[in-house]
Amino acid sequence: MNMRDRIPGKETQGLVDNSLTFDIDAVRENFPILGRRVYDQPLVYLDNAATSQKPREVVDCIQTYYLQTNANVHRGVYHLSEEATSAYEASRDKVQRFLNAKSRKEIIFVRGTTEAINLVAHCYAKPLLSPGDEILISTMEHHSNIVPWQIICNQTGATLKVIPINDAGEIEQDAFTTMLNPRCRLLAITQVSNALGTINPVRQMIKQAHQQSIPVLIDGAQAVPHLQVDLQALDADFYAFSGHKVYGPTGIGILYGKQELLEKMKPYQGGGDMISRVTFAHTDYNELPYRFEAGTPNIAGSIGLGSALDYINAIGLDQIARHEQALLVYATEQLSSIDGLRLIGTAKHKAGILSFVMAEAHAHDVSTILDQSGIAIRAGHHCTMPLMAHLGIAATARASLALYNNRADIDALLAGLHEVKRIFK
Amino acid sequence: MNNELRELYQEVIIDHGRRPRNFKVLQEYSHSQEGYNPLCGDRLQLFLLIRPGPEQVIEEASFLGEGCAISMASASLLTECLKGKTIAEAQTLFQQFHQLLTGDTAVQAEPEKLGKLQVLAGVRAFPTRIKCATLAWHALLGALNEDEDKPEAWVTTE
Repeated sequence: MNMRDRIPGKETQGLVDNSLTFDIDAVRENFPILGRRVYDQPLVYLDNAATSQKPREVVDCIQTYYLQTNANVHRGVYHLSEEATSAYEASRDKVQRFLNAKSRKEIIFVRGTTEAINLVAHCYAKPLLSPGDEILISTMEHHSNIVPWQIICNQTGATLKVIPINDAGEIEQDAFTTMLNPRCRLLAITQVSNALGTINPVRQMIKQAHQQSIPVLIDGAQAVPHLQVDLQALDADFYAFSGHKVYGPTGIGILYGKQELLEKMKPYQGGGDMISRVTFAHTDYNELPYRFEAGTPNIAGSIGLGSALDYINAIGLDQIARHEQALLVYATEQLSSIDGLRLIGTAKHKAGILSFVMAEAHAHDVSTILDQSGIAIRAGHHCTMPLMAHLGIAATARASLALYNNRADIDALLAGLHEVKRIFK
Repeated sequence: MNNELRELYQEVIIDHGRRPRNFKVLQEYSHSQEGYNPLCGDRLQLFLLIRPGPEQVIEEASFLGEGCAISMASASLLTECLKGKTIAEAQTLFQQFHQLLTGDTAVQAEPEKLGKLQVLAGVRAFPTRIKCATLAWHALLGALNEDEDKPEAWVTTE
């Protein structure tokens, strides 16, 4: 069934909320979990930067796979295996189209963004690095875009360099420009900060890096659910994202790599599926992308991811972005109205992430009190301890938006924050 | 506000969280231990002055740190009630406090021994916050076992 059949969008537009371009109530109906109650209150889910909820169609798709199609891929000479293989490979095509990659050979299924970055660190960067070489990251990186580089820097004698950010949480572009140099072997930055919401000007940064022949990895974990990503226009050399943040299942993610780079890389995991011929003396590796997919893959996960991308396409990422941006503006206004609340991350270009601290209460107390009203936010360092140290804070509270959030969610958050103030008055 | 929240954020806790007592470095101390919960970022340093002797009485206790209201209030209340206790009494207090929060049946509950510390009983309804309330206490155990080999310079409840 076509998604548009179930989401009466255009005709109700304007009746519900002027800022919405699709029927938010119909969208919410697609997510059964939004109907449940927590502590006898309706669930208000605002921890989407950690993981998103799943539409029924994704869950159904995974269930149908296990109930009707389950078989191993790429090997069985029988009907079920052929069906499973085609579904698995069809998902790869969906990802390729979704990101506008040039070739399906450039789409590698991995467990998530973290594994994708580790793969690039070990298979691409490590063999290149010598003492004195540099890997360039930014202050706002998630631990998953810091630690893999630290590991290979320690192994090779290369140095990890960190681009500074300004008080609004934006990359200092002048400093970035001066840090590009012939010893720099890779630039690895996030497109959208999970802790600050900043949307980095990655297209421009990639262009600058390429002028000095420096390849670029983009951590797209927080970008893909919210922004249209066109890999050929972006010209990123590597791009990573996770399925579970784009309404798909956990345990599946994508590494995109330019074919000419992937062709030169040796795999770091050996096993089934990644080979073409094995003797005890020698192994010929399989062609791309299978060379980097050792072992039985997460078949159900990849099919579920394909289904999630279908879901997003049916609504339209442009529509989703417009909705989330309108909600971000509303939420920013509302949060700013609270005395003693300070937003952390006030970049000009932001995705729907609102990090904040309150004068009265620590982020964990805020989270516990909101939780009792059924409101799920994140409190802590958001896997960005170096960023928190830079900001001089131990933790923030973070509300992060998805396509199914509405003004009522923000109003509930506001009421909850006023409750925090009452308790800590 | 529901009953669980009312129990958790009692006035005493809000008060000690906002204005922790004994929030300083002791001018003279014999034992010290850092407590750190890396997942949430709560961090504190506990200082004890224990006079050597057969009784081993804790004469002074203080702490410095940052964290949520629960961890700060718990540390503050701990330093208040440690003064004048022997090491053996402090260890019993730890067990009693742990029993209060986790309902550990291996330890006989004797709530009267806890006195003011009973205001932290509300934490029991919030399993994710027990580690906040016990951080200072694990620092206490760490400080008392200062001579033992510890894998880290700090102790944690995570």
